[in-house]
Amino acid sequence: MAIRIKDYTQKESPLTNGHRMCPGCGAPTAVHQGLMGVESPLVVVNATGCLEVSTTVYPFSSWRVPWIHTAFENAGAGVSGVEAAYVALKKRGKIDRDIKFVAFGGDGGTYDIGLQALSGALERGQDFTYICYNNGGYMNTGAQRSSATPKGANATTSPAGSVIPGKLQKPKDLTAIAEAHHVPYVAQTTLFNATDVAEKVKRAVETPGPAFVNILVPCVLFWGIDPGLQQDICKLAADTRFWPVYEVVDGVWKLTYKPKKRIPIEEFLKPQGRFRHLFKGEASKAMLDEIQADVDADWKKILDRCGETWEG
Amino acid sequence: MPRREITSGNWAFAEAMRQINPDVVAAYPITPSTDIPMKFADFVANGKVDTNFVTVESEHSAITACVTASAAGARVMTASSANGVALMHEIFPIAGCFRTPIVFGLVNRCLGAPINIHCDHSDSMAERDAGWVHLYCEDAQEAYDTAILSVRLAEHKDVLSPVFVCQDGFITSHGFEPVNLLDDTAVKAFVGERKADFPLLDIDNPVTYGSFVMSEYYFEIKRQQVEAMKNVLKVYDGVAKEYEALSGRFYPKLDAYRTEDAEFIVVVMSSASGVVKDVVDELRDQGIRAGCLRVRMFRPFPAEEVAAALGGAKAIAVLDRALSIGGTAPLAAEVKSALYDAGKSVPVQSCVYGLGGRDFFPQYARDLFCDLAAGRVLREERYLGLLE
Repeated sequence: MAIRIKDYTQKESPLTNGHRMCPGCGAPTAVHQGLMGVESPLVVVNATGCLEVSTTVYPFSSWRVPWIHTAFENAGAGVSGVEAAYVALKKRGKIDRDIKFVAFGGDGGTYDIGLQALSGALERGQDFTYICYNNGGYMNTGAQRSSATPKGANATTSPAGSVIPGKLQKPKDLTAIAEAHHVPYVAQTTLFNATDVAEKVKRAVETPGPAFVNILVPCVLFWGIDPGLQQDICKLAADTRFWPVYEVVDGVWKLTYKPKKRIPIEEFLKPQGRFRHLFKGEASKAMLDEIQADVDADWKKILDRCGETWEG
Repeated sequence: MPRREITSGNWAFAEAMRQINPDVVAAYPITPSTDIPMKFADFVANGKVDTNFVTVESEHSAITACVTASAAGARVMTASSANGVALMHEIFPIAGCFRTPIVFGLVNRCLGAPINIHCDHSDSMAERDAGWVHLYCEDAQEAYDTAILSVRLAEHKDVLSPVFVCQDGFITSHGFEPVNLLDDTAVKAFVGERKADFPLLDIDNPVTYGSFVMSEYYFEIKRQQVEAMKNVLKVYDGVAKEYEALSGRFYPKLDAYRTEDAEFIVVVMSSASGVVKDVVDELRDQGIRAGCLRVRMFRPFPAEEVAAALGGAKAIAVLDRALSIGGTAPLAAEVKSALYDAGKSVPVQSCVYGLGGRDFFPQYARDLFCDLAAGRVLREERYLGLLE
């Protein structure tokens, strides 16, 4: 059943106001939008990262739901442990409530250092949802490159210099890696359509077994955008086909947002400070062409996987 | 019914796990502790327990899942060794600070490099400041009994601490010996059920575990852990006496063997104490007042009791199965510190033995007692059984 946003406007978010995330940050938006359609009681597991440090500054907590953080690389294992305890205690009659489990990790904690723990948890088939709030780098430590950082981005460990024009590698396809674990639900989305985020997370949480949702979110500091442009930049990510929006249900791939017309990748890159160097001088033109070629090839791959011939 | 079986340290520990039937076990294989999760997996597969057994993909995930399951309110056990323990290092202080009870079968094996699968205590000694209780067992019987006893200690309201139950890799873990096993229902009654104070799964009373704590509060939180660890010294004997009432076996913090009037005492941990005790008997028959102090509880370190047991001796040797390269071996450092604080100036010979599974022979203990009796106590560390 489709989610009606207005039905949820009166509902309390598990994450309160007054946390210390930056204005315009996409991570709390992903939490609010993602969890607004979830009806069951929740326990949240958080990897180390901006969301963790900025929402639990002792002696305060911005979480209205039970919440646990242990370390950076282990949110997959952490959610496994809580879910295992729940299953055990429920079987033994010590808990009678139905509870769902959601883990949040940034792309550093998910694509990189936490990939092993996530892979283990997905393979074990436990009942949880892992949400990657993916802003394409290590923001908590100051804009270092991760394996989710886009090609060409100026990050503090892949700086745009006079010889090297920023990060040279394209990001790994983590959503496809998650899907390769034969889990019942994986999805990719971004923040311009709250209904889509809410529906995907709701479906992920309600699907028995492991689910993975990869949400592209801006970091206003790293991306170098105006905080008011959060939704616009996310829409450009989808419309330029940089970030395809889709879901995979029991192995069946489905494109859930079809950009109306072909928009060059420059439209997504140009408003962002981290790509500014790509728009200066002839040498950078080659990099832009390379990025466009990557986007086109990846888009074709997604269309093939989704059985789509639609070109827009 | 109580039984007597020929079994190994690992199997005895696994048997205790079967009888405890914890809510969650998350474990990963590593020599020489692998037998524990393997045996336990058999119990799961054959319906002997109804534990939720989580077969994680690494030791790091094993201990993480144990911590979060314990925070959730479950009774949790696991086992590991050596490099597996080292991989868990990051998470141990988190378990200690969260005050999450976990009973952990630590089967001692040396840390690489060089890689070697045999026993020494370098793995557990590297975790001595993690905020866990450390109990070292002499034999399979003790490993079995300590596993059961530790459930009550870990979950005691004044303690709430994870506990390492250490046994010597291969020597104890794979050596077969007669072990007295308790009746299943007696173990079940002794351990009871865990009642967690602030479980994560209490949806109506949400709690936050693992928040971000800056300099305004960090120090105070760590200080509370110090107090909780001191409580172990107060609470432990009561739990051990309750266990004695059940089993007829009492395990004090310190196993003092013929130390009351001893002039020369060797301090040791775990399986090598059997050899030392045999040599003590031999020397006593010759009129030499020898004694052995086996330290069973290393964290918290019962310093006052150690000083009381050793303070009257003429000379002491401390046997460490681990190095602190560039410093004093861990047990020797603790013993010297305990004696100093008690105002006792007994000469102490620090000795390192058995690294990488090197055998410890009675002759080493005989020679050591002879040296103590002759006043040959060196300022520098000695290495027993080293070929050089």
